[in-house]
This record gives sequence, structure tokens and C-alpha cells, in this order.
Amino acid sequence: MTKFMLLQNYSSTTACTVPMSQWAPEDIKAHIDFQHALNAELAETGELVDGQGLAGPELAKFVTFDGAGSPAVTDGPFPEAKELLAGYRIVDVESEARAIEIAAQASAAPGPGGVPIQQPIEVRQVMGAPVIDL
Amino acid sequence: MSQPPRLEDLLRELAPQVLGAVVRQFGDFAAAEDAVQEALLAAATHWPAGGVPGNPRGWLITVAVRRMTDQLRSEQARRRREEAAAMREPPPLEPSEPAGPAGGAAVTDRDDTLLLLFMCCHPALTAPSAIALTLRAVGGLTTAEIANAFLVPEATMAQRISRAKQRISASGEPLRRPSGQEWTQRLRLVLHVLYLIFNEGYVSSVGRELHRTELSGEAIRLARMARGLLPGDAEVTGLLALMLLTDARRPARTDASGELIPLAEQDRTQWDQALIAEGLALLDAAVAAGSVGEYQLQAAIAAAHDRAARIEDTDWPQILGLYGLLEQMTGNPMVALNRAIAAAMVRGPAAGLRLLDGLGERLAGHYRLDAVRGHLLEMAGDADGAIASYQAAAGRTTSVPERNYLTLQAARVRESLGKPA
Repeated sequence: MTKFMLLQNYSSTTACTVPMSQWAPEDIKAHIDFQHALNAELAETGELVDGQGLAGPELAKFVTFDGAGSPAVTDGPFPEAKELLAGYRIVDVESEARAIEIAAQASAAPGPGGVPIQQPIEVRQVMGAPVIDL
Repeated sequence: MSQPPRLEDLLRELAPQVLGAVVRQFGDFAAAEDAVQEALLAAATHWPAGGVPGNPRGWLITVAVRRMTDQLRSEQARRRREEAAAMREPPPLEPSEPAGPAGGAAVTDRDDTLLLLFMCCHPALTAPSAIALTLRAVGGLTTAEIANAFLVPEATMAQRISRAKQRISASGEPLRRPSGQEWTQRLRLVLHVLYLIFNEGYVSSVGRELHRTELSGEAIRLARMARGLLPGDAEVTGLLALMLLTDARRPARTDASGELIPLAEQDRTQWDQALIAEGLALLDAAVAAGSVGEYQLQAAIAAAHDRAARIEDTDWPQILGLYGLLEQMTGNPMVALNRAIAAAMVRGPAAGLRLLDGLGERLAGHYRLDAVRGHLLEMAGDADGAIASYQAAAGRTTSVPERNYLTLQAARVRESLGKPA
């Protein structure tokens, strides 16, 4: 089994340029239900390790420190806010192919009118212990 | 796990009494906790086959004390081997402590539990540490269970608990009943910790799940225990009433997928009437006991909501008055925020919005201020303002169900305007 992190940010997609805050209520509900159902499905298959949404870019901060004096903490608003991480799932799966399959499912989450939003999902393998049997 | 649940309950009930007794005898909280855990493990191993002894509490204390003396002995053997023999017999129990304000009872198992509760809610501890330690030492939850409830790795929670025990040991405070003014302050800390545990379970501030009911249930169990120990204290009773009157609404508070349903839209037939009846009786008892405290006031507000079979039956003038008293007593800006809602229900949205204006500085950037403003602006018919406030609140909340709810509120108002989605 291999762990993958499936990440998504706030960027608009070619299929959906309207932010969720401007969708119709029933479309928002359908989207939320879809995410619940996907999590339930992955929990059922024993593949979901963790899935979390992150608080909005309004609360994001960037911290840098040169090791002396006091750290620099930058508050928003950030011009590149759409590139910030919105949420992630960590799945533990048989193969990369399965991780890609799950990412594809997540990408097709419904948007306005139930049309898949084609959200880009970043699929990244979580590094683990070294392989010992060479 | 083939252990019958009744034995588990018995052990959880006895754990704090045994720990209190051992700490009182030896003073070393961290070592006593380890020894009691070993005694509980021994009981869980031996009792199912050999039967529960006639005096299970005494059995556990004896085993834990033996572990303590074994440990002390081996430590001392390392340093001064000749002292080992002197430690062979456990020291006798100390005579009764001086009586506290609750009366001149001798030291009993009940006192030990109470003293343990006071020790776990120690002023030297941060709230998260006190919560973790209380759940572990008084609640009898395993470290894994506590870690799970707070969504952190078990090793992290083990470390938090271990550091808390070290801090208490380092404070050098003996396990004793605080007296006079100190008693009041320490009891307030205990109640605050129990209240935080309940809230953590009822309205999880972080994460996906709105309810982590195991924590609410544990807080209620601990509050019942505290009331059993201090039946005459109106605030202890008030806190238990508040928990029951709030928890009674839990079944109606979320939908099937865990999304938030506001009070006004809840199916009130799902409210737990048995809990409400018990909470109301406790509240009456607390009020009859005299001194009014903040938990009683909060319980009275919860009771006013619970008594209304329909949202339009809510006694808002009473709730407004209670929030006014509570704000005077606590000076808490979140209370002022709730008072603004009540004011809007009694005198109209403009009155509520005026109260919000005075809160901008104290609650700047807090999502609840924007959420309430959105609600009051919607009541006032200012749809654009409501949408903007709901969206601002959605952007700043740290709870997924709350964000979903606020985003939906904005969308609903937008839809009612007939604006294109």
C-alpha cells in the first residue's frame, strides 16, 4: 500500500469560473453532499487516511525568519490567494493508478447545474520508509 | 475485547477514587497515576475470571500502593540499598484533613475524587493540558481515546498528559482541599474545564465533525459526578443543567450528513424531552439554592429555548433580560453578540445592529460578528449587506459545517434577490 496526498487549491477551472459563494443553494448542497459521499466511500474501502478542509485564505499567514530579531509574519490579502491550498485528502492505496482514479472522481465534483467542475487535483506520493528488499 | 461493559464502568468509576487515595498518600502525582493504571490493568485481567473482590476499591488501592512502594524501593535501592527494608510496608493512611467549607466529613472516597478533580484543573496548567489530564485521571479515558477525540496523534497526547503531570508535581502542591477564597477560584477552574470539554464535544471548533459526542457525554458524566460530590453548590448544578438542556437539542442540530441546522429550523419534536425535564428540575434546584452564577444564567437561556415548542413561542424578552445579566456578570463580548440577536427579536433588527456597532473593536475579525450581522441585515431587508457579511463570516470560520452553512445562507439570500447564480 502506498500513501498519496490529493491536494486542491482555490483556482477556478475552465469548466467553472464562478466561485462557490455565487452558486445556487441547491448546487452548493449537491457539491457538499458529493464530498461527504466520496469520503464515506473511501472510508468504506479502507483507503481514506485523512481528509481536511483548510480555513480560508483570509486567515492564512506567511512566516519567514532569519534566525535573529523577530520573525516576519505576513497577513493577507494575498494576490496569489487562488494558489493557496484549500484542502486535501490522504489515501492509502494499492497503486498510483488507484490514486489517480480517486483524484479523477474528486475532480468531477458537481458545480452549477450539476456540471463537473474539473477541479485540478494534485496527486503527490507521501514518502515512506526505504525499500529494503532490493 | 470480551470484557463485560459493567466491569469497565466499575473500573472507570473507581479509578479517580483510587488515584486520589494514592496521591494523597504518596504525593507524587505522576508515579501514582502509573501505579493506578497498573492496578486497573491487573483488575481487568484478574476479575473476569476470579470474580470482583468484595471491596474492589480497597483491592485497587492495595495493588497500586504496592506498585508505588515497589517503585520507591527500587529507586532507593539504587541509591541506598539499606533503606529498602524500611519501605516494605506501605505507610499508613494519613488522618483526616481539616474540613473544607462543605462540612466536616472525614476523608472518604468521595473527597479523594473531588481533590483529584481540583488537582487536574490546576491553575499552573493551560486549558488543553487540564482538559487532557482530567479526562485521563478523573474520566478514566485511555490516552488513545483522548487523542482520538482531539484529532491528534496518540504520542502527542501522551506527551501533553505527561507534561501536565510533571507540572503539577513540580508545583509541589499537596493534595488538599482548598479553603475560603481559594476554594471558590479553584472550583471555578474545575467548572470551566468541564464546560470546555462539553463544548469541545458539542461545537467542535475545528474539523469536519460538528459533534464529538463522546466528549459531551464524558463532560456530562463528570458534571454529574461533581454534582454528586457538591450537591449544595448552585453553580455545579447550574453547569449540569446547562449541559443537559443544551445536549437535549443535539439530535435536531445536524442533518444526516452532519450539516448544521440552526435553532429556528430544527425539528423540535426530536429534542430529548427526558433531558429537558431533568435539566429544568436541576435549574429550579440551582435557582432555589440562592446565589446566581453564569452557568445558571446560561442554563436559564437554554431552558427558555427548550420550553418553546415552536420558534415563534420563544420568550425573547426573557432571553434578552438573561443575556443582559450575563453580560454584566462576565463582560464577555460573545455574550454581547447573543444579546444583540435577542434585542433584534424583541425590538427589531435596527436595535440589534446598533449593539453590534459597539462590538467591532472587541471582536474585530471574528467570524461570529459577521455571521450575526449577516443575520440581522437579512432581517432588516438589506440583502446585499447580508450576503457580504455571510461571505465574510464563511471566509473566517474554522469549522467546515459552519462554513458550509454560512456559504449557503449567502447563496439563499442571493437567490431570493433573483440575481443570476
